[in-house]
Amino acid sequence: MAIRTPDGEFPSIPALLRRNARDHGGLAAYREKEFGIWQSWTWTGAEAEIRAMAMGFLALGLARGDHVAVIGRNRPALYWSMVAAQMCGAVPVPLYQDATGDEMAYVLDHCGARFVVCGDQEQVDKVIEVQEGSGAHAIEQVVYLDKRGMRKYDHARLNALADVVAEGRAAHHRFEAELDARIAGLDPDSTCVMLYTSGTTGRPKGVVLSNRNIIETSRASSEFDHLKAGDDVLAYLPMAWVGDFIFSVGQAMWTGFCVNCPESDSTMMTDLREIGPTYFFAPPRIFETMLTSVMIRMEDAGPLKKRLFDHYMKLARRVGPAILDGKPVSGMDRLRYALGNLAVFGPLKNTLGLTRIRVAYTAGEAIGPEIFDFYRALGINLKQLYGQTEASVFITQQPDGEVRSDTVGVPSPGVEVKIGDSGEVFYRSPGTFVEYYKNPESTASTKDPEGWVATGDAGFFEEGTGHLRIIDRAKDVGKMADGRLFAPKYVENKLKFYPNILEAVVFGAGRRMCTAFLNIDLTAVGNWAERNNISYASYQELSQNPQVIAALKAHVEEVNRSVAEDPMLAGCQIHRFLVLHKELDADDGELTRTRKVRRKIIEQKFADLIEALYGGADKIYTETEVTYEDGRKGAIKATLTITDADTVPRTQRMAAE
Amino acid sequence: MNDMSQAAPTADGRKIGGVLMEMKNITLRFGGVKAITDISFDIREGEIRAIIGPNGAGKSSMLNVISGFYTPQEGEVWFRGQRRQPMKPYEVARQGIARTFQNIALFDGMTVLDNIMTGRLTMMKSGLLAQALWWGRAEAEEVAHRAQVEKIIDFLEIQAIRKTPVGRLPYGLKKRVELARALAAEPKLLLLDEPMAGMNVEEKEDMSRFILDVNDEFGTTIALIEHDMGVVMDLSDRVVVMDYGKKIGDGTPAEVRANQDVIDAYLGVAHD
Repeated sequence: MAIRTPDGEFPSIPALLRRNARDHGGLAAYREKEFGIWQSWTWTGAEAEIRAMAMGFLALGLARGDHVAVIGRNRPALYWSMVAAQMCGAVPVPLYQDATGDEMAYVLDHCGARFVVCGDQEQVDKVIEVQEGSGAHAIEQVVYLDKRGMRKYDHARLNALADVVAEGRAAHHRFEAELDARIAGLDPDSTCVMLYTSGTTGRPKGVVLSNRNIIETSRASSEFDHLKAGDDVLAYLPMAWVGDFIFSVGQAMWTGFCVNCPESDSTMMTDLREIGPTYFFAPPRIFETMLTSVMIRMEDAGPLKKRLFDHYMKLARRVGPAILDGKPVSGMDRLRYALGNLAVFGPLKNTLGLTRIRVAYTAGEAIGPEIFDFYRALGINLKQLYGQTEASVFITQQPDGEVRSDTVGVPSPGVEVKIGDSGEVFYRSPGTFVEYYKNPESTASTKDPEGWVATGDAGFFEEGTGHLRIIDRAKDVGKMADGRLFAPKYVENKLKFYPNILEAVVFGAGRRMCTAFLNIDLTAVGNWAERNNISYASYQELSQNPQVIAALKAHVEEVNRSVAEDPMLAGCQIHRFLVLHKELDADDGELTRTRKVRRKIIEQKFADLIEALYGGADKIYTETEVTYEDGRKGAIKATLTITDADTVPRTQRMAAE
Repeated sequence: MNDMSQAAPTADGRKIGGVLMEMKNITLRFGGVKAITDISFDIREGEIRAIIGPNGAGKSSMLNVISGFYTPQEGEVWFRGQRRQPMKPYEVARQGIARTFQNIALFDGMTVLDNIMTGRLTMMKSGLLAQALWWGRAEAEEVAHRAQVEKIIDFLEIQAIRKTPVGRLPYGLKKRVELARALAAEPKLLLLDEPMAGMNVEEKEDMSRFILDVNDEFGTTIALIEHDMGVVMDLSDRVVVMDYGKKIGDGTPAEVRANQDVIDAYLGVAHD
């Protein structure tokens, strides 16, 4: 497939901004709830703000090719700062706002950022910590958005973003020509953004994406789902994540739809309801949380409402997805579904803020079939996609009408996908990244000279439908001691579909049997404990409650039965498990910032527990170091119960066959 | 003590001004019981002033004298250069004094927003009828007050519970809402009666940060009673220590900590 270059007229994001301001200048481009009111900016207004900000950056001495780190929660001004940096010929580098000082220090030094734009005091403090620390850094100017608490800081090399904008505006005669020249200097090959991968192993790598990568991908994916000016998205996922950059910058600039920013992290659900986005993206976790809260509230509802809900949800699960996919459904069922829509589905969608959704995506992790079907049954067009930073997100996605919970869809427009001999998935696309910044070895080992990129995931194309199915990380797929296939993620996902289980880590590579660590979900289990009059004083106590463990044992055994049905993976049944006394946490290095399990670290850190799982003991005492949010360290001590779970023996299975 | 003009900048650059309130030889009696005996101290503009002491030392009585709820039998209270006469609670509020209570006193059935709006009641000028009809000046007035309240909601990071009835909130958040209502009155002097009582460590840290931020951002003078010594010593510029209704110490946290009377009062002293 030929790689198309972006329309010569729009070689860069700033060029698209100019077009939007010209073609639909009056439409809302950004909204943000502040002081209880939705403030909005049109494309014309946004362009003026961004230009002023860019000229402010010029006044501070931002040079071509500089890196500008951006750290903070989703706010219009921070999105503008990225575009303003691009206008100046610099490269925006959004960072995870919950990164610790150490993690930030590495990235800031690696990209050599001269400018850092911070959302608030908390981020400024971390940057100052980096500046004053022993490590190398190139930081010269720090700019902050929220003025709160900043009054008494030394402002020699520190500026409020508002002041930078004001300065840029005042000096526009001086900088206008220079700015236009810099914008004109951008071409499809110049760097659009640099994003650091969360890195399940080793240090994060800086993925360089060009204007061509971002604009081509945004164009193709917007056309795929018929996105248009006038659509609304809610920008609430980390700005450092490639998905947010594609949705809130790439696609927003290409189509001219409106990016809505929540008031704060904790108001996301309220803001979702108020905005009612038409295009929505969320990791499975969010959909899961929403479903859990609906179910918990239905438990408290009156008997009539509860019966109405149960009755129509049963109907919806049966016919809802078929109606959504445009498959034949009897007239009677359609009528009953319409009634259900009036009584239950409509009001429920309205409460969730999903009434206006035309397209919703989930990705990043496998989603539980019940969760997935729940939303589709309500008539919400929830689909799955498969992607990664190095591909500018899109590798495969599900077309309307071909949506299932166990596949990730067909190759996205313009993307070629092939399965390697080892079962690893490879792709080649216009969105394929340019390189890893300052890391030619990794670039060479990931991307071959013909442009094929190894995803690191093992998967296969399904016969007949042509849909891709992902099994696990290729490097995690291994062999057990007796040579049977070991695919931990496959089992973990099955475990995590239970609302009681937040996280699961399965061990077994090179061992004679599989074992697991489980994390309880405090919301679900806590609610259950409350209903059953089980008192507990802490997370740790609840996690070791015998009734809780018994409930989890039932889940594990159910998973074992389901795993046993697949002869290839029957060896992955869980023989013994324990419930961890602490939640796995990115602050302790056990998860990545995108909440993926870091196996090596967990194996090292909890080596004593793993030994106990493979030993004969039924109790184990352990001490674990934890890091609090403010960076202090502490230790928690606990005695954990190890439980044996029933497995389906191979012989019995053969006999049954 | 009488040097009113001297402004002492603190380490972090806040300005502490002249005397805002002065208590002169206060004695408060309930019948035959002397709750407070001959206490004198002052509160300077912009400072965080703590009153500490063991149970029954007379701290809450002292706070009630400051707030004008109790009128002492002896002694004088000077506020902003004027000697105070006995007055009604609303007059106290108009003078620029707001407070929170040890046992939260919010309207449980009302939302957080409405509760905070009540903090601005004394500033509303339009009449009852105009407010009921929500017409003309009443509307413009409410919009202006709401804008002010929203700033406080933002400041205390309670946006997510804006429309939640207060009765449904956990204790720590109720305390924060109460602080918000007190701030809504834009006080010169903010009185906090055991702001951290019953809180866990994390909630205490949050509340401490908000108290410091209020003092720093709005320049509000704060007088607080608190049991948690760690909190008091970290937060306060100066501390008054009371025991059995008498003042046994007064000074910076470091001075107070070194004061033998204070150590005796807190740790007990061997009587032979």
